[in-house]
Amino acid sequence: MSFWQMGGYGDFIWPAYGVSALGLLAAIVWTLKAYGDAKARLKALEGKTP
Amino acid sequence: MLPMNWLFKYANPHNFMRLSAGLLPFTAIATVLCLGAGLYFSFSVPPDYQQGTTITLLFIHVPADFMAISAYGAIAACSLLSLVWRHPLSDTAARAAAPLGAIFTALGLVTGALWGKPMWGTYWVWDARLTSFLLLLFLYLGYMALWNAIEDEVRAARASAILALIGAVNLPIIVYSVEWWNTLHQGESIISGKLAPVFLWPLLIMMAGYGFLFLTLWMIRVRTEILNRRSRTLMLGGA
Repeated sequence: MSFWQMGGYGDFIWPAYGVSALGLLAAIVWTLKAYGDAKARLKALEGKTP
Repeated sequence: MLPMNWLFKYANPHNFMRLSAGLLPFTAIATVLCLGAGLYFSFSVPPDYQQGTTITLLFIHVPADFMAISAYGAIAACSLLSLVWRHPLSDTAARAAAPLGAIFTALGLVTGALWGKPMWGTYWVWDARLTSFLLLLFLYLGYMALWNAIEDEVRAARASAILALIGAVNLPIIVYSVEWWNTLHQGESIISGKLAPVFLWPLLIMMAGYGFLFLTLWMIRVRTEILNRRSRTLMLGGA
């Protein structure tokens, strides 16, 4: 229990770690999705090109 | 002349795709290892004698700030290369770094505010460090908006590169603001050796983790833009 309370500063520490995790995760997902989309688009276009 | 030749060799899109494909697995593994170890050590450190357990925020706040400034430095360097040598991959690299830099800047501001409240009694104060850092976020947003506002890619790249170089003036202001002005934000403590080793090592590991993450995502974003350019070329060829 005391781990989560972080010496009484848990209300500041956990939101900060949560926001950081969300921000970094969003950057990773967004980057990988854009890369996947770009690869799929190029593959489709190359398939159409005679 | 040798460094420029080397740079141009690997700034070629084909060579970059080959080089980055080889580097990406290593930077991705380094990211996971550094962030995993950094997080473990971050929660293993003893409370600071002044700041208590809020010292834990050091390990996410400082790396975010460091990467926010470094990413803008990279954009400015790429912009200079683009303006002087007109290398198209420099524009791509600069553009690809901007959203990542903006995310790190926003994270630095939010984690800083959450650290400020228990230590200073306020989430925000208009002191030189915080204000210049907020300006960095606006520079990122302005840079991205300018890229998207101009349809002609060559003109967009040129205008954005000029804005990036003008905005680079803000970087030394952020770094030295705590020395030049009387700020609520504490002064530099890493290079001066004021930070105790028990906090320094987890911090350096987290900084390395953030750095490898940025490098990994940056390379993937540049690769994405190269693939998108190939798609546009094919579409134009087929039209």
